[in-house]
Amino acid sequence: MDKNFLIEKTYEIRRSILEMLAEAGSGHLGGSLDLVEIFTALYFYLLKHNPQNPRWEGRDYVILSIGHVAPVLYATLAHCNYFPINELKTLRKLGSRLQGHPCKESGLPGIEVSTGSLGQGLSIACGLALGLKLDNKKNKVVCICGDGELQEGSIWEAIMSASHYKLDNLYCIVDRNGVQIDGETSKVMELEPLQDKWQSFGWYVLSCNGNDIVNFINTFKEAEKITEKPKVIIAFTKMGKGIKSIEGDYRWHAKVPSKVQLESFLKELSEYYGKI
Amino acid sequence: MEKFEIKEYKATRLGFGEGLRDAGKKYNNIVVIGSDISASVCVDLFAKEFPNRFFSLGIAEQNAITFACGLALTGKIPFVASYATFIVMRTLDQIRVSACYNKLNIKIGGAHSGISVGPDGATHQALEDIAVLRPLPNMVILSPADANQTYNCVFTAIEETNLPTYIRFGREPIPNFTDKNKKTSIGKSEVLLEGKHCCIIATGSMVWESLQAALLLKKEGIFCTVINMYSIKPLDTNIINEVISNIDYIVTVEEHQRIGGLGGAITEYISQYKPTKTLILGIPDVFGESGQPDELLEKYDLKSYKISQKIKSFLQKN
Repeated sequence: MDKNFLIEKTYEIRRSILEMLAEAGSGHLGGSLDLVEIFTALYFYLLKHNPQNPRWEGRDYVILSIGHVAPVLYATLAHCNYFPINELKTLRKLGSRLQGHPCKESGLPGIEVSTGSLGQGLSIACGLALGLKLDNKKNKVVCICGDGELQEGSIWEAIMSASHYKLDNLYCIVDRNGVQIDGETSKVMELEPLQDKWQSFGWYVLSCNGNDIVNFINTFKEAEKITEKPKVIIAFTKMGKGIKSIEGDYRWHAKVPSKVQLESFLKELSEYYGKI
Repeated sequence: MEKFEIKEYKATRLGFGEGLRDAGKKYNNIVVIGSDISASVCVDLFAKEFPNRFFSLGIAEQNAITFACGLALTGKIPFVASYATFIVMRTLDQIRVSACYNKLNIKIGGAHSGISVGPDGATHQALEDIAVLRPLPNMVILSPADANQTYNCVFTAIEETNLPTYIRFGREPIPNFTDKNKKTSIGKSEVLLEGKHCCIIATGSMVWESLQAALLLKKEGIFCTVINMYSIKPLDTNIINEVISNIDYIVTVEEHQRIGGLGGAITEYISQYKPTKTLILGIPDVFGESGQPDELLEKYDLKSYKISQKIKSFLQKN
C-alpha cells in the first residue's frame, strides 16, 4: 500500500468535488467530502475493476445507495480514467452524463445502477450478490449507505434477507457522519444502538474511522476474511471533511460553495493537506 | 359463435403459475421471488419444480422488487408475484426508480386484481394498479383475458422484451376460452367479434363478459365489435386507428377504476386523432367491498347483461 499516493488522490478528488459543485451551483457537498477516503481506498486499492472495460465480468460492484453523494463517485471515476476529468464540469447540466443522482442509462462509464431514492440500493446489492453466488462468481458487491438512510424501513427488509441467504460477498459501508438534512441523526430519528441492530439481524459488524484511509483499508481486509455472513462496516466520518470551517455542520449536507467561497475552501483544503 | 364455447372455468392465476413453471423448464435463467403467499399466487408450482431457483423473501414487497432488480443485473430474469395491491402500490417508488429508470428486466405478477377478488374486500382488490403503472416510462403492462392467455403472456414477457413487465391476473375461475396455441404479443390485441354499431374494448376478465354482452345485443339488432386489449402498455394503436375510422361509439370495460385504466388509455389516445364518444365501464371512483364475486360484478355493472344494458342506453342517448 502506497499511503502517500492514496492520500494525494484524496486531495485531488476533494478538489474536484469542490470545483464541480461550485460550477454546478447545487448538489450535496458534505457527504461527498466525507466519503473521499472510502472511495479512494475502494477504487485505487481494494476493488477489482477496469476503467478501460467498465463492464468487465470480473469486476467488483459498487452500489451507491445514497445517490445524492454522486460527486464523490463521479470524481473518483474520473480520476481513475473512466472518463475525462474535464467532464466533471458538466455535473447537473442539461444533456450531461453526470446527472444530479447517478443514472445508469446516461451512458457514463462505471455507473452500475441508478440510485437517488433512499433505501433501495442495499436491496439491489443483495439481489446482485445472490445472483453472483448462483453463478459461482467471486465478485464482491459493495453498497454505500448513509446513516440517515437507515431510517428507511425497506433497508431493514434488505438487511434481513442478506443474512438469511448468507451473502458473504456483500459489504455494506455505512457513512456514519451522524447528521442528515434536518440535523443530527440522534435528534431526527435515533439510530443507536446501531451496531447491535445490525448484529442482531445476523451481520458481521465492524467499525472504523472512515476518514483514516489506512484504518478503513485494514478494516475492509478484515471483513474479507469473514465467511457465511454479510458484512457491514460502520465508518465514522465527519461531514465536510477537509474543509475545517464546515466540518460536522449538517447545514452543508445539501449546500455548495459559491464561486467566491470556492477559493477560500480550496485554500482550507490545501492547509488541511499541509500544502501551504 | 361455437369458438366462444366455455370448455372450462380456470383462474388466470393458475395460467400464470403454469406458464411460469413451463417457462422455467425452457429458460434456466428464470428465478422466482416468493412473498409468503406463494400458493395463492400459484408460484408454488415453479418452487416445487425448481427449489434452487425460488427465493422466499418473506412479507417484504419493497425488498422483493429491488432485490429482483439486483438479480436482473446478473442476467437472471426474476419474477416477483404477489397480490397486485401490495406488489404494485406499496412498491411504486421501487418499481419507478430501480426497475423502470434502470430499464431492468424484471417481471411482476399482479394477482387478485379487480373487484372479483370478492370476500376479502377493498384492501385486497386491486383497482388502481394499471393507473399507477401506466405513466412509468419503460413499463410494459399485460392484462390477459383468461388462463390460457395468461399462460402465453408469461412467455411473451420473457421472449419479447427486456423491459420491466407487469402481468395482471385475477383470483376466481373464469371461462377459459382463448386458443392456448395462439401466441400473444406486446402492443397487440385480438378482434373477437365484428360489428358496425359500437366497438367494445375490454381487458382481463371483462373480455368474456363483453363478448357475452355483444351476443345479447346482437339479438336486438345492435352489432358490436369486441376487442381483447390484453396489451395495455403499449396499446395496440393500429387496431384503435382502424376502429375510430369506422365506428362512431366506443365502450371500454375493465375490472379497474374508470380513472386511469384501459378507458383512460384509450381516450387519451383517440382524443388526439378522432375524438369518439366513449363510455368507460369500470369501478366508479369508489373502494371495493366484501361480497361474492358475482354479486360484486353485478353491483358494479360488470356482468354481461348489465354491460349490454349500459351500452344500449349509451347508444340511445347519443
